Amino acid sequence: MGSTAPVEVERPSVDVRPDLPWLTIVWNDPVNLMSYVTYVLQTVFGYPKAKAEKLMLDVHHKGKAVVASGTREEMERDVQILHSYGLWATLQQDST
Amino acid sequence: MSMGFTATRDGGAAILLDAGEASILRSLVAQVLGLVQPGSTDDDPLQRALGIGSAQAPSDPVLARLFPSAYADDDEAAAEFRRYTEATLRDGKRADAEVLLETAEQGKVELSPEQAQSWLRALNDVRLALGVRLEVTEEVHEELAEMAEDDPRYPAYVTYDWLTYLQDTLVRALW
Repeated sequence: MGSTAPVEVERPSVDVRPDLPWLTIVWNDPVNLMSYVTYVLQTVFGYPKAKAEKLMLDVHHKGKAVVASGTREEMERDVQILHSYGLWATLQQDST
Repeated sequence: MSMGFTATRDGGAAILLDAGEASILRSLVAQVLGLVQPGSTDDDPLQRALGIGSAQAPSDPVLARLFPSAYADDDEAAAEFRRYTEATLRDGKRADAEVLLETAEQGKVELSPEQAQSWLRALNDVRLALGVRLEVTEEVHEELAEMAEDDPRYPAYVTYDWLTYLQDTLVRALW
C-alpha cells in the first residue's frame, strides 16, 4: 500500500479507503449457460452484446470477472438483481 | 421432445409443449417453489411486513445456491445484506415460478416479454436446483452422451439436458 494509506488502521478491513470504488463480481459456475450469462449482463447493465460476451468469457475462462463498479449501494443493488437471475455474484471494495 | 422456443412479434416467445413436457415442467417448478416458499423469513410479523428476514445463510445446498452470499470474505456484511434483501429475492423467485405454473400448459404457449423473463429466471432456478443435486459439471452434456440408459442418473440427466435446451432457445428467442 502506498504512502497515502491511512495511519489508524485497526483491522485489515476493505472499507478503510472510502475513495476506492466497489466492484460487482460474477463467478463461474457449471450451470449458468454462456448464452444466458451474456444475455443477463446485456439486460441488467445495458451493455452491448460484444462487451457482455467478453465479460462472460472472462468469467468462463478466468473463473470470475468484474462486471460493474460504483458505490457500495449501487453494487449491492446490482448483486441483488444478478441473484434474481441466478448468477453467482458478490461485491467487494477495489483493493488495488 | 419439443422444438424449443421461437421469437414472437411482440418481443415475447412461444413454445409447443406436449402433455408430458408441460407436466414435468410444472412438477419441477412446483418443487423449487416448495423449497423457496416457506423460507427462513423471520416469524416477527412486523419484520415480515418490512421484508426483513434471517441473516443466516441457508444450510441446504440448493437454497444456498439460489440465495448466495453477497460478500465472499465478509460474513458480517453478508449477513446484514441477506437480512434486508433475501425476502425480496424470495418473493421474486416465487412470483416467477407462479407465472410458469400458470402458463405451462399442453399446446402452444405464448409468452409476453414479461412472462418470458419470468420463465427465463424460473427455468434457471430449476436448472440450478437440479444442477446442485446432480452435482453437474460443465461437461454434463458430454457425460450424458456417454451414459448408459440404464444408469440410475440417466432420467435426471436427460431432464436437465432438456431444461438446458429450453433455456438456451428461450435466450436466443429473446435476443
